Amino acid sequence: MTTAPAKPRMRSLQCPNCGGNVDLHGFAHTKSAVCVQCCTILDPTGESVQILQKFDERMRVRPLIPLGTRGKFRGILYELIGFQVRTITVEGTNYSWHEYLLFNPYHGFRYLSQYDGHWNDILTVRGLPLFVSSGGRRAVTYEGRTYKHFQTANARTTFVMGEFPWQVRVGEQVEASDFIDPPAMLSAEKTGKEITWSKGEYITGAEIWKAFEIKGSPPPARGVYANQPSPYRERIASMWGRALMLMVVWAALLAWFTFTGGGSQIYQQTFRYDQSSSGEHSFVTDIFELPGRTSNVEVRVDTSLDNDWAYLNMALINEQTGQGFDFGRELSYYSGRDSDGAWTEGSRGDSVIIPRVESGRYYLRIEPEMEGGTNAMAGTHVMNYKVTVRRGVNSLWLFWLALPLLLVPPLLSSMRAGTFEGQRWAESDYAS
Amino acid sequence: MSFSANCPGCGAPVRFAFSSAVQTACPFCKAIIVRNDVNLEKVGEVADLPEDASPIQIGTEGVFNNKNFLVVGRIVYSWEQGRWNEWHLAFSDGVSGWLSDAQLEYAISFHANPPAPLPGAGEIRPGHVFQFQNAQYMATTLTEARYEGFQGELPFTTKDREAYPFVDLRTTDARFGTIDYTEEPPLLFLGWSVDYAALKLRNVREFEGWPVA
Repeated sequence: MTTAPAKPRMRSLQCPNCGGNVDLHGFAHTKSAVCVQCCTILDPTGESVQILQKFDERMRVRPLIPLGTRGKFRGILYELIGFQVRTITVEGTNYSWHEYLLFNPYHGFRYLSQYDGHWNDILTVRGLPLFVSSGGRRAVTYEGRTYKHFQTANARTTFVMGEFPWQVRVGEQVEASDFIDPPAMLSAEKTGKEITWSKGEYITGAEIWKAFEIKGSPPPARGVYANQPSPYRERIASMWGRALMLMVVWAALLAWFTFTGGGSQIYQQTFRYDQSSSGEHSFVTDIFELPGRTSNVEVRVDTSLDNDWAYLNMALINEQTGQGFDFGRELSYYSGRDSDGAWTEGSRGDSVIIPRVESGRYYLRIEPEMEGGTNAMAGTHVMNYKVTVRRGVNSLWLFWLALPLLLVPPLLSSMRAGTFEGQRWAESDYAS
Repeated sequence: MSFSANCPGCGAPVRFAFSSAVQTACPFCKAIIVRNDVNLEKVGEVADLPEDASPIQIGTEGVFNNKNFLVVGRIVYSWEQGRWNEWHLAFSDGVSGWLSDAQLEYAISFHANPPAPLPGAGEIRPGHVFQFQNAQYMATTLTEARYEGFQGELPFTTKDREAYPFVDLRTTDARFGTIDYTEEPPLLFLGWSVDYAALKLRNVREFEGWPVA
């Protein structure tokens, strides 16, 4: 068997420009390294160290994570070995972002990018994204997802530090296109005829700070970033679903309460009115107790009226104070059959809600009246009727009114989501 | 599966781990040994390979598609932006495969028979689409590569190799292919891009200051 190759060691070289030491951490992968003292890019691959470029020291940018930092990120131990600043110019304004190069001698390279406190975890893409069109706009599909075109610009390298597995140079330009499907982003970098694809995933600075055990806290994220996931988008569908479900439950409950009346039954009695019987038709009921705190009282009358009408003059009277609440209800119920079929008109029952009735002992005075009045000749009108008194009946109309209010939270969230997307696309090639 | 023979250069015992090996290097005298049936012939001497930082070495073992493999050989190529390795894999079922390692991006491929004669390298442009094994492969990169040397056992001889074009093929998923113009007619290799972790490699190289992964 062939003897195993020597164990790769870290090495150090001397900058031919300033004589300073340049430590190399990327083993034989390093194709260029920057002398941090004099901002000279060196090629360490040959017999002797070659100067690739000397760039303006005034361009110096301090990385937020120091070179040489190690940490376990996504389950892999990485060392930060390179840092570069890249810049695009849009309508005369420069926008710069930072790129950190992570290295593990087994798992390879990985990138972290940072712009205005927004971070992306970036890996090169293995498959080939396909150019398509989505809603009239450029897009790409990859791994079953569609990424919308966000921006294309010339990205130039404006500052470098550390080491790189390619020959890096300040001023180098590529045409960079970003396609988004938050939280993912596909980026195409075009140099000449060759396109290199990478895939970024939006992550928080906090996660990076934790992985690399960086002191302090990451800079706060400002504005909305291209592939920043919308905090509303996921929530909206479930919010609408929940609101609609609540509305259904709410309406069902209201219907049930309306049907049953709610409240607690205090008094119920059935009476008979016969016009033909002589004497005074008005009478008072037994005394009943209205308990609890001041609340409303429902007096309901259900009659046996059939093709007839009746008028009930009633009063709820406090036995102790003599204070009364007068009210009346006219009831009529007619039915028949015509060319359209059977019909009915009116109702056999009705109710009155008397608000704010104090607790106490009460009775009802009832004076029924039917057609013909006191005319004894017409004494054919008869009805049975049931009087029900309930305490604490819900005033349901308010609750019906509240029903649409359930839509306010999802509506607000949808509006916020719209604003968020507006802010996102305001930074794109499609800003309105 | 393995067998032994004597080096035609120095007579030292040479052990073949891969029964179909056609070429190997004598670990003692560095003779390049080519096998013709049962005869071994010395065709030259191996040159030292340039220093590299691949975590893979001859003797590394791993798993692909639930099959174990052993790294038995290696070819090194260089191109304008660096070098890459084609590690020759001997699978447990006797099949020969390749693990390419370019800047720690890995792909495993196997020799495949093209359904039709492959076009010459000069006729292929990036974007050229081929239909192989029910998938569309698109030519992405044309590379002029130089043969830098070999190590261990190979299923063919690399004698007289110099510079050749290579065409990289990609699919919309993680499939990977190469058209290799080192021979005439050109060779087709098809396979998959793979994650380092998925290969479950053992007996990898160690790196100063790093835990073995």
